[in-house]
Amino acid sequence: MLDIFSIPPQALFGQLLLGLINGAFYAMLSLGLAVIFGMLNVINFTHGAQYMMGAFAAWLMLTELDVPFWAALILSPIVVGLFGIVLERLMLRRVYHLDHLYGFLLTFGLALIIEGLFQWRWGSSGAPYPSPIPGGTNLGFMFLPTYRGFVVVAALVICLVTWYAIERTKLGAYLRAATENPTLVRAFGINVPRLITLTYGLGVALAALAGVLAAPIQQVSALMGTNLVLVVFAVVVIGGMGSIMGSIVTGFGLGLVEGFTKVVYPPASNTVIFVVMAIVLLVKPAGLFGQTK
Amino acid sequence: MNMRLLGILAVAVLALAAPWIVYPVFLMKALCFALFACAFNLLLGYAGLMSFGHAMFFGMAAYFFGHTVKVWDWPVEFGIVAAVLGAALLGLITGALAIRRQGIYFAMITLAFAQMIYFLCVQMPFTGGEDGLQGIARKPLLFGLIPTENDYGLYYVVLAIFLLGFGAIYRFIHSPFGQVLKAIRDNEQRAVSLGYEADRYKLLAFVLSAAVAGLAGATKAMVVHFATLTDVSSGTSGEVVLMALIGGLGTITGPVVGAFVVVAMQDYLAFVGQLVLVIQGVIFVVIVLAFRKGVVGEIADWWKARRKIS
Repeated sequence: MLDIFSIPPQALFGQLLLGLINGAFYAMLSLGLAVIFGMLNVINFTHGAQYMMGAFAAWLMLTELDVPFWAALILSPIVVGLFGIVLERLMLRRVYHLDHLYGFLLTFGLALIIEGLFQWRWGSSGAPYPSPIPGGTNLGFMFLPTYRGFVVVAALVICLVTWYAIERTKLGAYLRAATENPTLVRAFGINVPRLITLTYGLGVALAALAGVLAAPIQQVSALMGTNLVLVVFAVVVIGGMGSIMGSIVTGFGLGLVEGFTKVVYPPASNTVIFVVMAIVLLVKPAGLFGQTK
Repeated sequence: MNMRLLGILAVAVLALAAPWIVYPVFLMKALCFALFACAFNLLLGYAGLMSFGHAMFFGMAAYFFGHTVKVWDWPVEFGIVAAVLGAALLGLITGALAIRRQGIYFAMITLAFAQMIYFLCVQMPFTGGEDGLQGIARKPLLFGLIPTENDYGLYYVVLAIFLLGFGAIYRFIHSPFGQVLKAIRDNEQRAVSLGYEADRYKLLAFVLSAAVAGLAGATKAMVVHFATLTDVSSGTSGEVVLMALIGGLGTITGPVVGAFVVVAMQDYLAFVGQLVLVIQGVIFVVIVLAFRKGVVGEIADWWKARRKIS
């Protein structure tokens, strides 16, 4: 089968693995977008900027304060998550009652401000972040840096923990109930506005966590999230934002599709996700895991 | 009524005399963006569809114009027509897909398609990649009757193109078709139950908006002599949203005001460099939180309130 396309298996498996790593980031980011949208009814355009802030926070902690990667992996999402909570309290709260578009525009403006300030202060060229787990394994068909393998596993764990927290725990049940009917949940004595604030903080922390994980793979730069967030939007349209598991599966799946395209027809690898989006819109407009409203 | 006539007259005199007061290239650029913003606003204000990827029509039309006029050596008129048709065709394809979803999804889908077009433009040979298409010569119009080498001469051509596009939008909004479009915007189910095929109306509005955006893009390429990746980038898509937002979503003249503000900011605040984006972001935030009606919307409200009192 592989001989028909005359693709060397090394290239195929190598690119699929790289695709899986990209997919890990798509999954983590679209998951955060879905969680935030479910609760706040806001598409968080700032997601890419918050992902970048996560990476930057880790880089600054390392270079300025000598905080190692493993500590930054916990500290950076907390710092960025708190920043998200402040944003929610001060600004996002004021647009919930308006059309969805205003939340989109507000977070777009915030992304411009954040990315502009980082670019102004640190320039647009990237800074390297040393890999916390150097070395790697020869898998026979390719050389796998240990850190990249770790990222895939870590992303899977993060996604599954988030899924478990929302679908299987009591707090998650409150959250889902508040999404369905906030007034009723309030009548039961649950502080819904605080729940919303916490959800946004969690979603933002998730983006920052993805940013920290990305730091050793990519260069840490002010614009690292700008294009990524646009691809993640396409991922979200393909998956539909209705289901948490849906975002995870779609994210990883599209990473693989992208990797596969890189082997078969490299020039299309940038655009294949958008083509998939067009096909999904034709066949199943609500998205693969979405419900038609 | 007399006040209104007087106002229109004043604007006309100002538009004709403007190039002797303000730098003409700035004015021409602002007019192109004003037309672009009007096209965007037609879709948002009258069909309730917010496209976050309108740069794809603006930028691709600039490339079509540049390629036909520079590489194929077509006359300018044909170049513009080709660019408008090209943008309309792109609008037909992306629009047919995008209108399958509504609201916020529509914005995300158009954004994603625009990003796809951007990636294609980086790779395809006919766009000149990172360099763009440079040195598109200005050629005289109408068999040499109208000279365009001179900025002052070209200004009136651009003004005429702007008025043509603006007039087309105005005519469209005030036609029975525009009325149906508004009905769909306000209550789609009811319009459908009355027998209107909502999707067809939305698609036609989308194609028209894309075509006018294309007219603006081609004209801009003619004015500044080049077409670059900036014109198709998501930054330009965001800027046109900002223009409509500053002027007032859903007002006819608002986008024109917004376009002049944004283009002036780019030109006169160039010295702050990257901080222009920060300023744009701040404007987004302030308008969304405090002045959702925009400049023209707020003034119109103030005017109405004043008339009620007197």
